[in-house]
Amino acid sequence: MSVLVVVECDGGEVKKSSLEVASYGSQVAQLLGTTATAVAVGEATEANLAKLGEQGISKVLYDAEPRLKDFVNGAYTKLIAAAAQQEDAKVLVLANSNIGASVGSRLSVRLQASLATNVVELPKTDGGSFTVKRGAFSGKALADVKLEGERKIIAVKKNSIEALHEAGKTAQVESFSAQLSDADFTDAPKQVVMQDQAGGILLPEADKVVSGGRGMKGPENWHLIEDLAKAIGAATACSKPVSDVDWRPHHEHVGQTGITVSPNLYIACGISGAIQHLAGVNSSKVIVVINKDPEAPFFKAADYGIVGDVFDVLPKLTQAVKELG
Amino acid sequence: MKFLVCISNVPDTTTKITFTPDNKEFNKAGVQFVINPWDEYALTRAIELKEAQGSGTVTVLNVGEADTEPNIRKALAIGADDAIRVNAAPKDAFFVAQQIASVAKEGGYDVILMGKESIDYNGFQVHGMVGELLGIPTVAPAMKLDMSGNTATLEREIEGGKEIVEVNTPFVASCQQPMCEPRIPNMRGIMTARTKPLKVVEPTTDAPRTVVAEYALPPKKQGVKLIPAENAGELIKLLRNEAKVI
Repeated sequence: MSVLVVVECDGGEVKKSSLEVASYGSQVAQLLGTTATAVAVGEATEANLAKLGEQGISKVLYDAEPRLKDFVNGAYTKLIAAAAQQEDAKVLVLANSNIGASVGSRLSVRLQASLATNVVELPKTDGGSFTVKRGAFSGKALADVKLEGERKIIAVKKNSIEALHEAGKTAQVESFSAQLSDADFTDAPKQVVMQDQAGGILLPEADKVVSGGRGMKGPENWHLIEDLAKAIGAATACSKPVSDVDWRPHHEHVGQTGITVSPNLYIACGISGAIQHLAGVNSSKVIVVINKDPEAPFFKAADYGIVGDVFDVLPKLTQAVKELG
Repeated sequence: MKFLVCISNVPDTTTKITFTPDNKEFNKAGVQFVINPWDEYALTRAIELKEAQGSGTVTVLNVGEADTEPNIRKALAIGADDAIRVNAAPKDAFFVAQQIASVAKEGGYDVILMGKESIDYNGFQVHGMVGELLGIPTVAPAMKLDMSGNTATLEREIEGGKEIVEVNTPFVASCQQPMCEPRIPNMRGIMTARTKPLKVVEPTTDAPRTVVAEYALPPKKQGVKLIPAENAGELIKLLRNEAKVI
């Protein structure tokens, strides 16, 4: 019996969200009196996988099959299912990412497991039950969900669990083969197109976000958002009306029907705060709102606010960050 | 080509969320229900592809009780040809996936589409479960879908980019923008929808695997601390020293 965590890697590095997943998994293992093993997907290096010891992982399984570098739903599902069988995993933990949700939902049927996605806290295991807290109603509510059956799969929401860092601990990296065949690669990508990332920070992984709305008046003014984002190491985002008129690409649209984010800091510039937008951001830890309309509903959901013109305030903020160094 | 589009009946996006007194269920009283916004992409794209092919059918499927029928009729008004309602309250994602898989097996559909997730339970699970139950590929979430013969070309969103994927029918895709511009019903659609077939079938007896023990609203914010615009730089100091986020 063990806990198996699925670790997503990219360009040799373990993704930040997967460090959180690993930490979640090792804490569940402790709760259940067992150990946590990881299975790595994507392009990884042995040195970085060994470092998962810092998140409490004792062993990492890695299949170096080159076609696993890119996301393939069929192959990833088979690989993880084989690892779960080998390790007799009763709990699987993965990221609530596009990859995690795609694979986790297939695995739940294949392994006859119960599945909870969007999970924000460690499980409660009183009296033999196994209950997790998850976000529901697009961030407008939380639900305690009881997972039935012998096997459970948990997809952990990004930035909701603090990653552990126990310096010096290393995990043992073992090569692993799921004996994949061509039939497992039917949904292999013909081509992978990565976004042009101005600041180098991906929105879904970001712990700080600077976001602009219609109050920015046009795409030509976005350098004000980008300058502040760059100064504080944040990703940029936008509201739905902005992506609807193509000022910014769709993948930056945060809200109920866009990306849901939960960064440590969310700075909203010229966004009034429609309920659909709030749904996508209201689990952010600190929300800052800059808007010239003091009646903007967003102020009610904010921790800090400035009633003022974004064209005046944003340069001042960027300047203040530079002065603080 | 036979398209099956799965739609979910969800509270309107502007709904203020409240629960029944025992906090075990969503309080439906006075709430306007709509077709799940993500599912509208699936529905419209299926209709567009059928029109481009000049033949085929688009069937709408909903797992829900009789109160979902107005939104099923709306989907027919938008352009679906017929509809199936599995007469059961959706208990959890696995239960819903079982119903969809059962209908899909019987109907022999080529393409099964649905939205990325429902905006109420936000499971993002049903697509993969249906694919696995039927033993066919799932592409999720898909931002683009084109068909050429029996081969579909899709853009699958991954964190930080997209993958171009080709799969043959049958397959499942969960849809999101910018796949298409969702259609709204026109007067002719609304008139013809009234007479389009809506079949009600009883659910399979599969048990759910998860149970909601309790709902809660997120903790309330303390209230906003306002900083005068002329002193905007002060905000950065507060974010560093008080909130400790930069």
